[in-house]
Amino acid sequence: MANRLIVSMSPHVHSNDTVERNMYGVVLALVPALLWSFYAYGVGALVVTLTSVCACIFFEWAITKFILKQESSTITDGSAILTGILLAFNLPSNLPVWIIVIGALVAIGIGKLTFGGLGCNPFNPALVGRVFLLISFPVQMTSWPIQGQHGLYLDAETAATPLALMKAAVKGDASSLSQLPSSWEMFIGADFGCVGEVSALALLLGLGYMLWKKIITWHIPVSILATVFVFTGIMHLVDPIVYASPVAHIFTGGIMLGAIFMATDYVTSPMSHKGMIVYGVAIGFLTVVIRLFGAYPEGMSFAILLMNAFTPLINTYCKPKRFGEVVKK
Amino acid sequence: MKTFRIGGVHPAENKLSASSAIEVLGLPKQAVYPLSQHIGAPAVACVAKGDVVKVGTKIADAGGFVSASIFSGVSGKVAKIDSIIDASGYRKPAIFIDVDGDEWEESIDRSEALVKECDLKPEEIVEKIKNAGVVGMGGACFPTHVKLCPPPGSKAECVIINAVECEPYLTADHRLMLEKPEEILVGVSLLMKAAKVEKGYIGIENNKPDAIKLMQEKATSYPGIEIIPLKVKYPQGGEKQLIDAVIGRQVPAPPAIPISVGAVVQNVGTAFAVYEAVMKNKPLFERIVTVTGKSVEKPSNFLTRMGTPISKLIDAAGGLPADTGKVIGGGPMMGKALVNTEVPICKGSSGVLIMNYKEARRGEARPCIRCAKCVNACPMGLEPFLLSTLTSFDEWERAEKEDIVSCIECGSCQFTCPSNRPLLDMIRLGKSTVMGIVRARSAK
Repeated sequence: MANRLIVSMSPHVHSNDTVERNMYGVVLALVPALLWSFYAYGVGALVVTLTSVCACIFFEWAITKFILKQESSTITDGSAILTGILLAFNLPSNLPVWIIVIGALVAIGIGKLTFGGLGCNPFNPALVGRVFLLISFPVQMTSWPIQGQHGLYLDAETAATPLALMKAAVKGDASSLSQLPSSWEMFIGADFGCVGEVSALALLLGLGYMLWKKIITWHIPVSILATVFVFTGIMHLVDPIVYASPVAHIFTGGIMLGAIFMATDYVTSPMSHKGMIVYGVAIGFLTVVIRLFGAYPEGMSFAILLMNAFTPLINTYCKPKRFGEVVKK
Repeated sequence: MKTFRIGGVHPAENKLSASSAIEVLGLPKQAVYPLSQHIGAPAVACVAKGDVVKVGTKIADAGGFVSASIFSGVSGKVAKIDSIIDASGYRKPAIFIDVDGDEWEESIDRSEALVKECDLKPEEIVEKIKNAGVVGMGGACFPTHVKLCPPPGSKAECVIINAVECEPYLTADHRLMLEKPEEILVGVSLLMKAAKVEKGYIGIENNKPDAIKLMQEKATSYPGIEIIPLKVKYPQGGEKQLIDAVIGRQVPAPPAIPISVGAVVQNVGTAFAVYEAVMKNKPLFERIVTVTGKSVEKPSNFLTRMGTPISKLIDAAGGLPADTGKVIGGGPMMGKALVNTEVPICKGSSGVLIMNYKEARRGEARPCIRCAKCVNACPMGLEPFLLSTLTSFDEWERAEKEDIVSCIECGSCQFTCPSNRPLLDMIRLGKSTVMGIVRARSAK
């Protein structure tokens, strides 16, 4: 026989799913929030996002080529772009370019490539970058411009965010909760905060898309949001003047962005559904503890990074339900 | 719509030959019968070079209780007893018969008439099935009479017929149901009687609505038989998955077997073979084989005598396409890539799938991104990413603890992996190594 046959083990077909399909799928899911950020913060959001994405791609390329001396480039797999967008979404829209570039270097260089690149990093790279900046540049990282100043970037006027008002209430300012925007404003994103986190609506659209395309499962986002809602709800019932309502909590700050896009990062989250729920509940719990009782007004980033560290342990103890464990009817 | 509860994937169905009626394939010049074409001990040749055989003549005796006799599908003269590479890729002892004419054993009832009445006792039915060399026709080829003799302490409650055909491309069972529904139902009744149960279920996936409708119509005159339409999901044809889907019971981890939850599972092709064996005195020597593939000129379903080389089926379906990359015995999810096209059709050959060069190439493996899609896809609730890694680090003890031996090798994990990782290749290696370790330990 002239032509030779290929012999390999089964299966002989593949779903045609790829790393790219998943990475760019998440990027697409981020588009509504991206559009809202341009609408809310104008040129500032554009500069921050573009700088972050370009810097992340550049560092991924430069480090793999010149330091790791790898032949094939990994920048086309979409993971660096995703890290860039997520980092930008966690920054204020008036952050200077040089700080963003440092954040991107830490995210890609230390957060990701130090550990061996895609699939090997124990912590979410974008959050490593963000938390590094938060600790290094606390002033620049905690002043948020008011929405609607479309032409202004560095010199945009800033004000206290809903989260700062909530923190003030916890610290004893009895009038501060009454200054919060309405729940509806916080839901659609008319309040303010970091570039990509303000519109719960836009982020939820992204969640819907990712669930539809089966990029992620519901376990992590739902368990985080439910935990935050229940925990803050109990505190609100205990003392509504000191503790903001659960609705205000889940629609402000980084909870939506964190629950939907940061905590669900494939590499750093658990593998079994049971593990995902343990992880999600712990993130929700830690976030509320930091928000209500900690030094920082926002606790999402720290909560996710802490639970990233527990992911291997969760994977060891939370196993999927094996076939046959189910008791017969 | 019923289905199994854990995992599963949905590969493109590609049932290209679903509307091709069964055709009778002509006789080959030489037929080859490997002595080991079932699970269990190989059969022992009972003919010698130069012997003249007829269609239906026994040419090899069962080599033990878990084994099956082999019958000639052709008439002619035994040319030699030698060896041939079979679908598994291994060289195995085989009987070669030069075909001469088409003379059948006189005991076989060759009429088309449907025979429904049977006054045999259960033990006699089992004996007839055993004497006809009937094995599971779905691919695993487990001797049918063994499943009908439950081990002491277990009791069958129902017979479940696997008419799921969840493998993409294959249509042999589908066509059989459309063209021989009554024969199948009689076969199911016989299996129920042999297993001493009152209830029989036939599980059919919902992508065969014509077969479901026809079988439902015909089943009304067969008491105790119920047709269960099932949601299309792979690997529903897996024995454990099918039991879960149809009666909602999960077979516990080995050493438990289906009978532990009261189920006897048989393939629909087996039910038909049982009908022919018991009612027509016809041993198992022919079967329906699907020949298909995107580049195949005429995707077909052939009634094929066993021992026929696969090349003859491919020629009848329009010849081997020029861009052929891979020839698979069975379906694309669990079938075996063949080393050449002279491999003979055996009892478990449900199909021949021809893939073009492009389809046959695997994508490049990339780093695991820990997306957990393999965990979600695994129908046994295992963690394929972990089992594959443990295997690559020779961590056998841990792999055993993580239930690597429960893997049914369905390939759902590797099918779904966005990084194209060879998960099942590794798990197979790990599973066989761990099984070897377990055997060595229990032998001590």
